[in-house]
Amino acid sequence: MIELGSAALTLAFLTALYAIVAALIGRDGDRRWIESSRRAVYALCMLLTLCVVVIEIAFAGDDFSFNIVQQHSSIETPTFYKFTAMWSSQEGSLLLWAWVLSIAASAALFATRAKLREIVPYATAVMMGVAAFFVGLMLFAKNVNPFAGLDPAPADGVGLNPLLQHPSMMVHPPMLYSGYVAFTIPFAFAVGALITRRLDAAWIRSTRRFALIAWAFLGIGLLLGARWSYTELGWGGYWAWDPVENAALMPWLMGTAFLHSIMVQEKRGMLKVWNVSLIVATFSLALLGTFLVRSGVLQSIHAFGDSTVGPYILALIGVVLIGSVVLISSRLDDLRSERRMDSLASREAVFMVNNLLLIGLCAVIFWGTFFPLISELFTGDRASLAAPWFDRYTTPLAIVLVLFTGIGPLLAWRRVSWRSARRIFIWPAAIAALAALLLALTTDAASNPWALALFAFGAFALTGLAQEFWRGGAARQAVSGGSMAVAMVAVAARNRRRYGGYIVHAGIAVLLIGIAASSSFQTNRDVSLRPGQSTVVNDYRITYERPTASVNDRAFTFGAVLDVKKDGERFALLNPTRRYFRPTGTPTPTVRSFFAGESTSEVGLKAGFKSDFWTAVQTDISGIERRARMADERFREVMAVLAQRVQRDPAQAPAAARFARDVLDRTAGRVAELYSSQAPAATFRVIVNPLVSWMWIGALIALIGALIAIWPSAEARRRRVTSLYGARLGRELSRA
Amino acid sequence: MLELLIGAALLALVVIFVTAPLRRARQSGPIVDPEIADLEARKEAKYREIRDAQLDHAVGKLSDDDFRRQDAELRREAIEILKRLDRLQGRSP
Repeated sequence: MIELGSAALTLAFLTALYAIVAALIGRDGDRRWIESSRRAVYALCMLLTLCVVVIEIAFAGDDFSFNIVQQHSSIETPTFYKFTAMWSSQEGSLLLWAWVLSIAASAALFATRAKLREIVPYATAVMMGVAAFFVGLMLFAKNVNPFAGLDPAPADGVGLNPLLQHPSMMVHPPMLYSGYVAFTIPFAFAVGALITRRLDAAWIRSTRRFALIAWAFLGIGLLLGARWSYTELGWGGYWAWDPVENAALMPWLMGTAFLHSIMVQEKRGMLKVWNVSLIVATFSLALLGTFLVRSGVLQSIHAFGDSTVGPYILALIGVVLIGSVVLISSRLDDLRSERRMDSLASREAVFMVNNLLLIGLCAVIFWGTFFPLISELFTGDRASLAAPWFDRYTTPLAIVLVLFTGIGPLLAWRRVSWRSARRIFIWPAAIAALAALLLALTTDAASNPWALALFAFGAFALTGLAQEFWRGGAARQAVSGGSMAVAMVAVAARNRRRYGGYIVHAGIAVLLIGIAASSSFQTNRDVSLRPGQSTVVNDYRITYERPTASVNDRAFTFGAVLDVKKDGERFALLNPTRRYFRPTGTPTPTVRSFFAGESTSEVGLKAGFKSDFWTAVQTDISGIERRARMADERFREVMAVLAQRVQRDPAQAPAAARFARDVLDRTAGRVAELYSSQAPAATFRVIVNPLVSWMWIGALIALIGALIAIWPSAEARRRRVTSLYGARLGRELSRA
Repeated sequence: MLELLIGAALLALVVIFVTAPLRRARQSGPIVDPEIADLEARKEAKYREIRDAQLDHAVGKLSDDDFRRQDAELRREAIEILKRLDRLQGRSP
């Protein structure tokens, strides 16, 4: 198996290099070479798929002759997680990068097989250059070959980090990587357009969908990461401004700016320099994200990402940036706008403001993320910027962004007259003012003006978007009749890109309202309770009913049953727990060894539309550890007797091992029972998080909107007519 | 030895698949002219712009005057694309 994987990986590298050469030979018009280079990309995809299949078979079959399997899995690792253990390793992540890129490149080249004749060869060369870089890293860099073998093969593996054994972690890394990787496609076509000076909107039209897919994948990845943090890390938040989180957020923000500004180029022939610069920045930030996850240069909760490939990725970022700047500078004449902006009261003007806000956010996050390195460079001390610093600068920018998220969709391209503007804005502005007034009078929202402003702007955006659907439906109804609901669906189906975008905007507005409410009006309390004791947090009476404890081969689980009452009625019965994992492969297993490995939190959560009741437990295990030490001393005595017996009669070794295992299990079981019967006080973090569910719901709405916008519309079908131009135009327009 | 055999087999498969187009006679022209495909794409984009303007007008974002001016300009640009398409395809309107 190792031989098959190694051969496929080596061949993948050669195939990527061949694709570059064939594409460049074919750039002068011999379609056979272009076709051959495209086939080489498909072949690369098949070879890397073979590599992934080989690795997955090795994980599933506990083949510890593979170093990657031995280091990141074990016999005890649940089967479900064995299939996802590949990307917890550095070499597996690199393979995932290259594999996803080969799939995206194949799809892009298939979609453009009859288009962009001049650009495609260069785009192929760029995509395959990136693919060859990552495959080359696996083959030539130190300790990152996924097919490195171990001889003789160990009997068991080290195991998968327990923190990564969470359903979100199955999907979170591949989603983030797919997002990073898919931005390679618009970047490669932008470079192709720059080289060939074909700088109209053709490259944008052919790659816009890939940029949107990348944006959606990155968004899902961010969301799953936030969900994992909320339910698994036990600190109570979903976003910690951790460097690796920020590294994924930055290309997402830059990609959002790109998706908006390319519309301006498509519609108005403007912002050409801006667009190629944005996609270069987005792709560079995607590479930077990969670098940060894998380099370990900044302190992060993603400490499992230690790496040896950081300097190489940094070098690639340097090449991308320098090469792109030189290329853009040499094409400035061709990048001149075809038109000027007609009016500030136009959609393109709002998109410009929106772009500046997104880039401002990105710049703040970039500065905050890299401040430790910057401060070390200038002062010799590594100083970090904490969450309050990020909040101080990102909050006002995010609030204004919500306002422009609402204004943009309401305006037409080119120019909006004042009379039209008044008609369009009156309802959203009135509802926003009313919402602000009501919230100020009936809640404590006025105590936080930023939050109040965000709620008002959110109401403005949502009302404006609802109005867009209503007016679109009414226009359709006037022509076709039928009910308003059917008319609204029909107009959205006919204009998927526009209305999909509106739904994304609505989702983002809802998401930001959820973030503002949960971060500004959260109640967060740490309380220490003994079994039977109660405390009150907000409207909730919390009683520590009883402790819970269990043990299995992999972990001790200590927890608490909490009875939560509201208005005298049972609101929830929660069981937050803390798990202590025994490191796999401990030479002489003992009870105490369980407390030498990783520990994770399983939170008690009662989610609701109005608020979430969230709790995590921090158990006091000092008493348990003392008992475990005593138990281990007894256990060692038993082991010494067994060892003497085995020395006298080696045939008794298997029976002795079984007996020792049985003694250890029973001892661990007694320690668990002891905790249940004599549990000390436990510390509970109790959080009441208002409207936080709307954050997840908003993200889901945005995702649905993105899917609608990505889906090809009926108008993409080709039409053939032979009438006079004017009549023909009218007829063709009326068809889709 | 096994490694060599596997490598050789994979190499043979890849070479046969990738070089198949090179074994054909040199192709004089594409099956679908990419320039026509590009123009078709530009035509679709222009149609989309016209429909967008129509919808903006219908929902009250564009005044009658602004709409008339924009629509005429967009249609003029669309007709230019249609003419270029017809010239390439060697046909009349």
